[in-house]
Amino acid sequence: MQLRYKRKLVNVVALMLSLSAMAFGLFWLIWILFTTFQLGISGLSWDLLTKMTPPPGGQGGLANAIAGSLLMVALATLIGTPIGILTGVYLAEYGAKTLLGQTTRFINDILLSAPSIVIGLFVYAIIVARVGNFSAYSGVIALALIVIPVVVRTTENMLLLIPNTLREAAFALGAQRWKVITQVTLRASSAGILTGILLAVARIAGETAPLLFTALSNQFWSMDLNEPMANLPVTIFKFAMSPYTDWQQLAWAGVFLITMSVLALNILARVLFRDQSSR
Amino acid sequence: MSGAGLSARKKRRKWLGDFIFLNLTRFFALLTLLTLAGIIISLFVTAWPSIQKFGFAFLWTSEWNPPKENFGALIPIYGTIVTSIIALVIAVPVSFGIALFLTELSPGWLRRPLGIAIELLAGIPSIVYGMWGLLVFSPIFAQAQPLLKATLGNVPLIGKLFQGPALGIGILCAGVILAIMVIPFVASVMRDVFDVTPPMLKESAYALGSTTWEVVWNVVLPYTKVGVIGGIMLGLGRALGETMAVTFVIGNTNFLNSASLFDPGNSITSALANEFAEAGQGLHTAALIELGLILFLITFVILAMSKLLLLRLSSGEGSKT
Repeated sequence: MQLRYKRKLVNVVALMLSLSAMAFGLFWLIWILFTTFQLGISGLSWDLLTKMTPPPGGQGGLANAIAGSLLMVALATLIGTPIGILTGVYLAEYGAKTLLGQTTRFINDILLSAPSIVIGLFVYAIIVARVGNFSAYSGVIALALIVIPVVVRTTENMLLLIPNTLREAAFALGAQRWKVITQVTLRASSAGILTGILLAVARIAGETAPLLFTALSNQFWSMDLNEPMANLPVTIFKFAMSPYTDWQQLAWAGVFLITMSVLALNILARVLFRDQSSR
Repeated sequence: MSGAGLSARKKRRKWLGDFIFLNLTRFFALLTLLTLAGIIISLFVTAWPSIQKFGFAFLWTSEWNPPKENFGALIPIYGTIVTSIIALVIAVPVSFGIALFLTELSPGWLRRPLGIAIELLAGIPSIVYGMWGLLVFSPIFAQAQPLLKATLGNVPLIGKLFQGPALGIGILCAGVILAIMVIPFVASVMRDVFDVTPPMLKESAYALGSTTWEVVWNVVLPYTKVGVIGGIMLGLGRALGETMAVTFVIGNTNFLNSASLFDPGNSITSALANEFAEAGQGLHTAALIELGLILFLITFVILAMSKLLLLRLSSGEGSKT
């Protein structure tokens, strides 16, 4: 009798704690999103998209930072995606059991969670330190290096989901291996791979640390890849750490833009993948 | 005979297409490996002046003096490790609770949306956490610190950790923000490994009259132990390398006067983020890069261990079914 009540009590307490842990997790999500909305929306205006980053106390927007971020993220995705897909194809289709394949898979998973700041240092060491100045293209390379592991992981996972019967059917028709891969398996897993690309874009859109040592920032409009280029994360970092309220206000607007795009990409990726997997 | 020649050429073309594609993909797989080697080698080479000058003493010297060109990594290393420990102390029980809720308690229709909500928490860029932590959380946290001091501060042994002025920002604040960031990673790994437990095992325990908690604690957890530890290590790897969130709230001072967690401090990543742009070429940069190298080696070992543990769980699963 005693034992039974004790066991029930322990169970109820543990489940209550579990429930409160869930509430605890959601609490931060809601609080952070609420603040971002509250402080970010008031900063939204036409000026934000059309004016340059201001000096302290001046009026301005984030036009150059937004443009710089868009350009760098787009280029990094363009460079990282094909490399990631090809590596993923090797891991799933050719080298699944080979030593190279297994080592690459292992290393890739580590790079996936490796500190992004180290990627920034790496690009600094091999490019910026050699060339002698910070430049947008070194930032692009740093971001591309972050894109690759994400795309590799999803590509491999998605290709492994394709049933072998599909491959065998294509082989039976006399198709060569590379034709089977490019025209059957890759095509069948295209939505899944697209999900991976979207998640990769979401990941680099907010990356700050690697850009600090590579693209740095720029107060002015610049689309020159050989020059430091303004970008949202580093601008937010600079503005948020400053004591000026105008700058902090702009930083909140920037944070709002980034958070919204990242959340939108995350949700879009999930919706896409869901459509694919339910088909 | 021209037909045979044609088919031979066709065959060669067939072979060529495969050859090119195989080697193309293999080349890029190799490139990923080379990236890792490149990171370690290039950081080592760039950090060489500092490694040469300070040797291993770099690890336990606390002086960090750019004008005098005297560098020691003790304070950043201490900050990195202590903030990560705080993060894990908070995040592990909470993540366990979340995973338990998602796998055992939540009604079916709520599982997916709640799971996505937790994953979204992982998707928020770290700079958002940092700015929110500095401008919103730390002022509120400063109000809560006297409370901690009045309660935990009086406990023997750990009381020393909760002393000093309540500034809001500091090592403890950075640890708390890190915990919030790490929770989704650990929780989703735990949820995934809990799902691996064969339903048969759980149902047998339920059939013997076990409560939900007893099933989780005595059946699910022992079965998934390796994976849970792997998930915690993954969280640790994340926490050690997290940059922006920590940089905003840790306070960035290179002094360490007491054991109190309320004190501001510095971490490897925040030292890099703050000082790198201002550091001239030379010993200062080399010392900072050496910090990065140390960070990478630590996280590499932790992440590799995490990966191996998770692999062990999934291979065990394969052999048992």
